[in-house]
Amino acid sequence: MATVATSASAPRLAWRWGTLPVWARKALLLVALIAVWQAYVSFSHVSHLLWAGPWQTVRAFESGWRDGSLAGPTWTTLKLLLESVGIGAGIAVVFTVFAALSALGTDLLELLTSIFNPLPGVAILPIAMLWFGINRSAIVFTLAMTTIWPIAINLSMGFRTVSPTLVAVGRNIGLSRLRVVTDVLAPAALPHAVTGLKAAWAFGWRTAIASELVFGVAGSKGGLGNYINNARLFFLTPRVFAGLLTIALLGVVFEALFGVAECRTVVRWGMKS
Amino acid sequence: MAATMASGNVRERAAFAPAGPLLRLDRVRLGYELPTGFHVAVGEASFQLAAHEKLVVIGPSGCGKSTLLKAIAGFVAPVSGTIELAGRGSLRPGPDRAVVFQEFDQLFPWRTVLGNVVYPLRVNGRSRREAAVRARHFLELTHLTAAAGRYPHELSGGMKQRVAIARALALEPQMLLMDEPFGALDAITRQRLQAELNRIVAETGVTLLFVTHSIEEALVLGDRVVVLSEAPSRVLELVDVRSLGGLETIEYSHMRGRLRALLAVEREEEGDLGDGRD
Repeated sequence: MATVATSASAPRLAWRWGTLPVWARKALLLVALIAVWQAYVSFSHVSHLLWAGPWQTVRAFESGWRDGSLAGPTWTTLKLLLESVGIGAGIAVVFTVFAALSALGTDLLELLTSIFNPLPGVAILPIAMLWFGINRSAIVFTLAMTTIWPIAINLSMGFRTVSPTLVAVGRNIGLSRLRVVTDVLAPAALPHAVTGLKAAWAFGWRTAIASELVFGVAGSKGGLGNYINNARLFFLTPRVFAGLLTIALLGVVFEALFGVAECRTVVRWGMKS
Repeated sequence: MAATMASGNVRERAAFAPAGPLLRLDRVRLGYELPTGFHVAVGEASFQLAAHEKLVVIGPSGCGKSTLLKAIAGFVAPVSGTIELAGRGSLRPGPDRAVVFQEFDQLFPWRTVLGNVVYPLRVNGRSRREAAVRARHFLELTHLTAAAGRYPHELSGGMKQRVAIARALALEPQMLLMDEPFGALDAITRQRLQAELNRIVAETGVTLLFVTHSIEEALVLGDRVVVLSEAPSRVLELVDVRSLGGLETIEYSHMRGRLRALLAVEREEEGDLGDGRD
């Protein structure tokens, strides 16, 4: 009887954490982290000019969204990013299709990606500022340059790994060369295209914030990087934290959106598990 | 459409078909570029195929039988010699010679079973409605109606090959070209699909060119069998296997022995010439 009791109590301990659903485990961890954060701010006598507690951050976040002082910069940065990723993706697609159709294009694409992909996006910003001036165009150029290469690399990898049988089927049923690209290669390369777009989005997001931090102004209105920088200038530390919270939340939202898009396409088709 | 889709009497119509062969290969030489130089796969092959006939090409691994099928499909141009389909030469890939491949990944993974059969019909100018009706007919013929809404990754290997057959047949090709379509299936599924293919070919009256390295498969499916030698291959023999009777007859085992001798296969092997592809 005694052995039964001890062996029953051991799995009971494991049950508490391991058998909880994932969302509950993560929610508990999050609550714990916030509690540590609050405890640090409340009990360590850290300067309130340097640290904002969770409660202050949430209030700054909430009022920022209510009076539009956070919504404006967020929208400015998002618009900037959407436009730049759109331009970058468009150029990447043209490059990659050209590379898929000719050996010259393949070589050119390989050369250009090996030169430009390792370049951190912000490194291009100074030259972009010289060329375009200190304005929105300079950032769009910088962001487009950072997004072209991850998309092009992944897309051309996708094109190259398409099953030759599937291409043969496309030609067999009477597709032209161009329609083989649009109707067979493009959907078959979709898992890689999504990977490329995710990477481009992540790089672009980082570069956008960094660029805004570097020179503050993005067009007539400032973006999120600008918002954070201004808040720092005036020691509005809760606003700095609220800006960071916004960036983190947007990251989570976009990750989820990409996840939904993948579930409805490549996962549903069994092209990615 | 109803007349062409009706399954009966197709065999009888064959009797009234024009006398010339549907497919004519005349001293065809085939090869491809390898890093080590030009590799001649088929040295010289000549044979003919009449409409509504079932011709099986058999040969050892690497003898160029797949290359031969690719050439008939229009993917590879002959080095010399001519391939003519109904008197027409210099063939390019086209839906009049629908191909069923060995690989399971020949279906479009982003289209359902129905979508895989409908899409080629739409490409070839049929209306949405007409394509759907035709696709459903051929899915019924291949016993896939229940799977019409499923995606390829949800199907077994045998079902995938049946979808590929339905897709090819729905195009109403002049010829159905099959490149070891059952080669990657387990023995039971393979036998089942062989029987099913015989039934489907009988119902549609389609002209079949089938490539395999299994003697048993050749005898089960073929009207005639083209036996190729090792690469650079030539036609060793063209045998008529139409009137062999069942698997247990003397004639069948006699013919199997003859093919084995031609292909120099040991008696202990069960008819397969090897696992490798060519």
